[in-house]
Amino acid sequence: MSDHVTSALAGAAFDGFVQLREAGACGMITLRGDFSSAVFQKAVGEVAEGAGVPKTRQITTAGDSAVAWMSPDELLIMCPHAEAPARAAALAQALSGEHALAVNVSDARAVFDLTGAGSREVLAKLCPVDFAPGAFKQGEIRRTRMAQVAAAVWMTGPDSFRVVCFRSVAAYVFGLLQASAQPGSEVGVFADT
Amino acid sequence: MLILECPYCGVTGEETEFHGGGEAHIKRFGPGSSDDDFHDYLFTRENPFGVHFERWRHVSGCGKWFHAARCTKTLEVFGTYSAQTTEPPSDLRAAISDKRPGWTWREFS
Ligand SMILES: [Zn+2]
Repeated sequence: MSDHVTSALAGAAFDGFVQLREAGACGMITLRGDFSSAVFQKAVGEVAEGAGVPKTRQITTAGDSAVAWMSPDELLIMCPHAEAPARAAALAQALSGEHALAVNVSDARAVFDLTGAGSREVLAKLCPVDFAPGAFKQGEIRRTRMAQVAAAVWMTGPDSFRVVCFRSVAAYVFGLLQASAQPGSEVGVFADT
Repeated sequence: MLILECPYCGVTGEETEFHGGGEAHIKRFGPGSSDDDFHDYLFTRENPFGVHFERWRHVSGCGKWFHAARCTKTLEVFGTYSAQTTEPPSDLRAAISDKRPGWTWREFS
């Protein structure tokens, strides 16, 4: 099954004043439950290679796994695409006595990577969020509006960001990022910060 | 433009990241209620020029519903609070009284 998986835009790429790449298929599990439960916390750690339940609006990573805070009762667990069904099943098993729900939603979203010094600016043109270096830091995840659709953004390095949106709007979001990263459209608003 | 703080994820965001859900604290009148009560439940709203209480949803963010108290005259947001309540919290009402002495909204003041 997993060897036939294609991501939303089959690896679309654009080189503007930053590099824009559609990431390949990414495993994603939506997990809802009570974050304060010890059973819940243990189950997350076991399935995410030790990445713990993140604090509000934070994202934790370990190995090939990441755990993102989506709302007070919802996490998004990311892992290699092929491993998502087994990890979702393991979560469901570990949480069978809890008021919790784990679902493999690996094909629900599109994932983009932005790399380059202008990445903050590319996003700042599209979202009502302060992306200044002192205001938005690595370890943080921000769910927000990107032009006319919902998206989530976090940093994967000092000059790189990952963007996720729903798969149905993948081409729209790619177009937004492409336009925002167009060579010659640099504003340089964060250049001195 | 309103600037709202989501009480669930703590984001202070601008209005376009949220979606308005109409007047707050509406008491439901369902089957068995009088026609007048049901009519008011469906159609009668405050529409004030001043202090107002509304429901909002952090639609592009954490997705949660919450309440907001704001001024329709100045667009000042007095505060936001949990959806799990049937009336504006007393500390928020006191804070509004400091800024808008003598305000009233339905049975609240
Ligand atoms: Zn929120």
